[in-house]
Amino acid sequence: MRKAFILAALALVLTGCSGNWGWYVVNPTTPSGYNNVRFLLSGLQYTILLSATAISISIVVGLLVALPGLSSNRGLRWASRTYVELVRAVPILVLVLWVYYGLPQITGLTIGVFWAGVFALALSDSAFQAEIFRAGIQSIARGQYEAAYSISLNYRDTMRYVILPQAIRRILPAIGNQIVYMLKMSSLVSVIGMQELTRKANELVVTEYRPLEIYTFLVLEYLVLILIVSAGVRWLERRMRTDER
Amino acid sequence: MRIEAAVRDDEPIILFDNVFKSFGDFQVLKGISLSIAAGERVVICGPSGSGKSTLIRCINGLESYDAGHIRVAGLALGTDDASRRAVRGKAGMVFQQFNLFPHLTVLENLMLGPMRARGMNRAAAEEIARRYLDRVRIPEQADKYPRQLSGGQQQRVAIARSLCMEPGIMLFDEPTSALDPEMINEVLEVMAELAGTGMTMLCVTHEMGFARRVADRIMFMDHGEIVETAPPERFFSAPESQRCRDFLQKILNH
Ligand SMILES: Nc1ncnc2c1ncn2[C@@H]1O[C@H](COP(=O)(O)OP(=O)(O)OP(=O)(O)O)[C@@H](O)[C@H]1O
Ligand SMILES: [Mg+2]
Repeated sequence: MRKAFILAALALVLTGCSGNWGWYVVNPTTPSGYNNVRFLLSGLQYTILLSATAISISIVVGLLVALPGLSSNRGLRWASRTYVELVRAVPILVLVLWVYYGLPQITGLTIGVFWAGVFALALSDSAFQAEIFRAGIQSIARGQYEAAYSISLNYRDTMRYVILPQAIRRILPAIGNQIVYMLKMSSLVSVIGMQELTRKANELVVTEYRPLEIYTFLVLEYLVLILIVSAGVRWLERRMRTDER
Repeated sequence: MRIEAAVRDDEPIILFDNVFKSFGDFQVLKGISLSIAAGERVVICGPSGSGKSTLIRCINGLESYDAGHIRVAGLALGTDDASRRAVRGKAGMVFQQFNLFPHLTVLENLMLGPMRARGMNRAAAEEIARRYLDRVRIPEQADKYPRQLSGGQQQRVAIARSLCMEPGIMLFDEPTSALDPEMINEVLEVMAELAGTGMTMLCVTHEMGFARRVADRIMFMDHGEIVETAPPERFFSAPESQRCRDFLQKILNH
């Protein structure tokens, strides 16, 4: 965290000295720069809200897709497999466009950019979450199921109290990865007009015409956001591990 | 009017009638018939791969069977979840590898069954958990995690976890095989004590000292069949079959 700010400050100071840069556009000590920074940062809440909603949904859907994939029933396994293969074959950007422009033609309902974005991101990510959950659940030894069944637990309680808590500890780093990925992919929703970080930067570039500084600022915004998420995931990992010590 | 599971006094608590089981082409159980009375303590032994684990795992439905009939505690054990769960409530199982839940404390390991399968509230479950932790003589380990315990202590926790379901039958599948020699006795001690309480016990083990001391009967299995069944004295002094004699010679002479 602290390192990130030092890096950012360093970059500003170093590059600001050479004549090619125009950091004034995002210099918060001048009134116009301050307004620009505020404008850029106003996308932050949408980026966060969009990613957080999408990831929450995709984790739940991913689990619901993974479970039948582990069943002894062939039909269920096939259905789960098909979902994963189909959904993860579609590029996210294509999915965003398809959901926003294409889907309303089928359903007859127009959806807002936010929910279109959430839907596309969550759908796309759920296939990956399903694979992560499947691997995590499969990594739990058979003896754990047998012990749970032997004390008369049913399937649901076995998953809920015995298997998933252990699986989730193991897949936490992979889920952390997906959260980071999702934060970055949320930038694609800018193409349908979602007012998130990337969209704001694009709009500012059009009026200020300082793409180098503005996009660098955008890069740093994502960097900081993602460093915070990484730290959070690591904290969670540590906390869950000490549980077992 | 109350409807109870029909257990007549003379009905065996475990009954196998001509049970067959294969893994693919490989026949593991070849027409097993056996009958165990309530309160009986039976030790099963035999060479590796003879089907001992498969047999004992059939009793609480961890393994399905292909043909024949199994009755446990007056209940017909089918391949449906309902009958399996019903039987599992009456027959506890202790595994070679302990299979404790590593993410739960000892106390939570013990409370899970009573709370989730027996519908007890937290206080009642904790009371019963502490009672059986006392019984296996490690009450002071209640708040530790399994990995903080020695193998012998872990296995005793596993025994206590099964006892918390208050089953009438306890099944043991080589409970001391994964233990360092110096920890074997503390586990056998707990099991012998349990045997003194009238619990029906079925134990796969090669601890012949334990078998001699505790068992009412010893069953010898080979190639998916029960070759011989006898009380310990006769089993050790006058085994009838050649296969059994060979086996005894191998394990007693090393
Ligand atoms: N799930 C399975 N799939 C295929 N074969 C199996 C399976 N479980 C057991 N077997 C085979 O069935 C045979 C009997 O296994 P079982 O575990 O019942 O033997 P055991 O008498 O308990 O042996 P051990 O003393 O080594 O524990 C073995 O040959 C084993 O390889
Ligand atoms: Mg075995």
